[in-house]
Amino acid sequence: MSTIALPTPRRGHSKGIHPSQIVAYAIVLAGAVLMLAPFYFMFIFATHSDREILSLPPPVWFGDHFDDNLKLLLERLPHWWHNLGWSVYVALAVTAANLLLCSLAGYAFAMFEFRYKKQLFLFVMGTMLLPSFVGMIPTALIMSWLGWMNEPKALIVPAACGALGIFMMRQYIASAIPRDLLDAARIDGCSEFGIYVRIVLPLIGPALGTLGLVTFIASWNNFMGPLIVMRDMEMYTVPLALRSLQGTGQTPWGAICAGSSIAVLPLLVMFALASRRLIEGLTAGAVKA
Amino acid sequence: MSEPLTPEASTAAPTAPRRKRTNLRARLRGWAPYLFISPFFVIFLVFGLFPLLFSVYLSFHRWEPAAGLSAMNWVGFENYVYIVLNDDWFHKSLYNTGWMAIVSGLPQHLVALPLAFFLHTAFGRWRNTVTGIYFLPFITSSVAISLVFSTLFSRDFGVVNASIAQLAQLPVFSWFLPEQNIDWGQPQYTKWMISFVVFWRYVGWNTVLYLSAMQTIPKDLFEAATMDGATRWQQFRHVVLPLLRPMIFFAVTLTIIGNLQLFEEPFILTGGTGGIDQAGKTAAMHMYATAFVDGDFGTASAVAWLLFMLIAVVTWLNNKLLGQKEDKA
Repeated sequence: MSTIALPTPRRGHSKGIHPSQIVAYAIVLAGAVLMLAPFYFMFIFATHSDREILSLPPPVWFGDHFDDNLKLLLERLPHWWHNLGWSVYVALAVTAANLLLCSLAGYAFAMFEFRYKKQLFLFVMGTMLLPSFVGMIPTALIMSWLGWMNEPKALIVPAACGALGIFMMRQYIASAIPRDLLDAARIDGCSEFGIYVRIVLPLIGPALGTLGLVTFIASWNNFMGPLIVMRDMEMYTVPLALRSLQGTGQTPWGAICAGSSIAVLPLLVMFALASRRLIEGLTAGAVKA
Repeated sequence: MSEPLTPEASTAAPTAPRRKRTNLRARLRGWAPYLFISPFFVIFLVFGLFPLLFSVYLSFHRWEPAAGLSAMNWVGFENYVYIVLNDDWFHKSLYNTGWMAIVSGLPQHLVALPLAFFLHTAFGRWRNTVTGIYFLPFITSSVAISLVFSTLFSRDFGVVNASIAQLAQLPVFSWFLPEQNIDWGQPQYTKWMISFVVFWRYVGWNTVLYLSAMQTIPKDLFEAATMDGATRWQQFRHVVLPLLRPMIFFAVTLTIIGNLQLFEEPFILTGGTGGIDQAGKTAAMHMYATAFVDGDFGTASAVAWLLFMLIAVVTWLNNKLLGQKEDKA
């Protein structure tokens, strides 16, 4: 950085905002409003009766019909609280499994030397290229052969360990943990799994947090998985339950918005608390270079 | 691998049982990394690789799943030939997929690039907040949000039509905005609606990708350009764009791969049917319907692999077009 204060060349308005920029700011802010508007209307409509939603102009502030919409939602989806429970259960189980298995694998790839390490790691990364839809049909068949249809484990086990998680963990462990520390523990007679539990795990908290958020959200939003393995409404996860509000009979707009609000709210809260970390986690694979 | 163990082994009295234990431990040490990475491979082999191989096998068969595995009939390439030559619904769904991939995908990047540049050069401490707002649609449930959009896009009372009607009263907009409410369920509008939702969901994701790539560009380059009297546009054109080419290639590739597999948004926005005249039915939806509605798993698997091949070819073409310039530069 130069320490000499240079005169700003050919810029009339050196202080403040350039007039042409005001237009740009306005466009970007209008875009931001466009990004938020659907969420806003979702929450607003969740508190209005269908008649109010379908009036012109549509309501733009909260009403007092949330109870009615919730009641209607429960009428159409009698297992709604179960559905919510399954979503939480599956997402937590998938997250816990990923934190354990991905960090173990990441630890191995970051800190050990072993034969075929490079090839095995390339293979792991390569699995990210396989499109999920191709496996959709046989996966449904396998689940029915295993007798896992309608079982949460059909959603949990296949998602228990992923390439992106292993990649994230490897990167973090390689940069955050000195090898000497592990060697010292080895000399003291600590077993490899003991080293993982006592030394590695406590040191990788931030990475675990990021991976946890990303995994939880992916599982919470998963639609195709439950769509092919969950048959009974009682076993539906939230996205699947919401989707069944469509179709037959009159569309319950208010109830849809109430249910969607409940489905999206946890994500919005997580995003508000940790947006930086979340964005970093989700783009981890992309920005690695 | 066993090197760190030697001091321990030599300082301790080398009694026979002790040594045996050390050997066992040392051997376990050698196996530890394989043990630690094995869960991934087990899960992948059972729930990843095996389904893929089985789906290849399936695609060469005619099969009613209800009749059991023994009822599989080998038909060779018949499924593929039929789909490629005669399956009009597949052709239509492929056309829809391509249409929406372009109409929703191209604007994503045309908006995300300048937006990322503007966020990078302006906004100060509000930058992260604004970036976050644009990114928000990406993390939310596609089902929930598509359902909300189908509310917003309803014909007589939807917020979208109401907003268009409001805008149409302004002088400039009235030239090209329709006077009548648009029935978004009509075939000529369905694809536009879906494309808009897809654009809305992913534009922030691309912006974040570009923004993070821009942050790796050394500040000196901008300062040098400013001192040379380069305008913002010139900086963007001659500094940012060339340096961002690898990321542009990567982001476009991701968009292509994602858009060609489009499923959830069109599925929800058309109520799972594809809409009137199947105007919003994508190839992935066609595959789903062939398997789980018609119960024809063989043909559906062939559809899946044709789609996979198409994605591979388009990705390869994209690599030829965008990726190769990288090597020359």
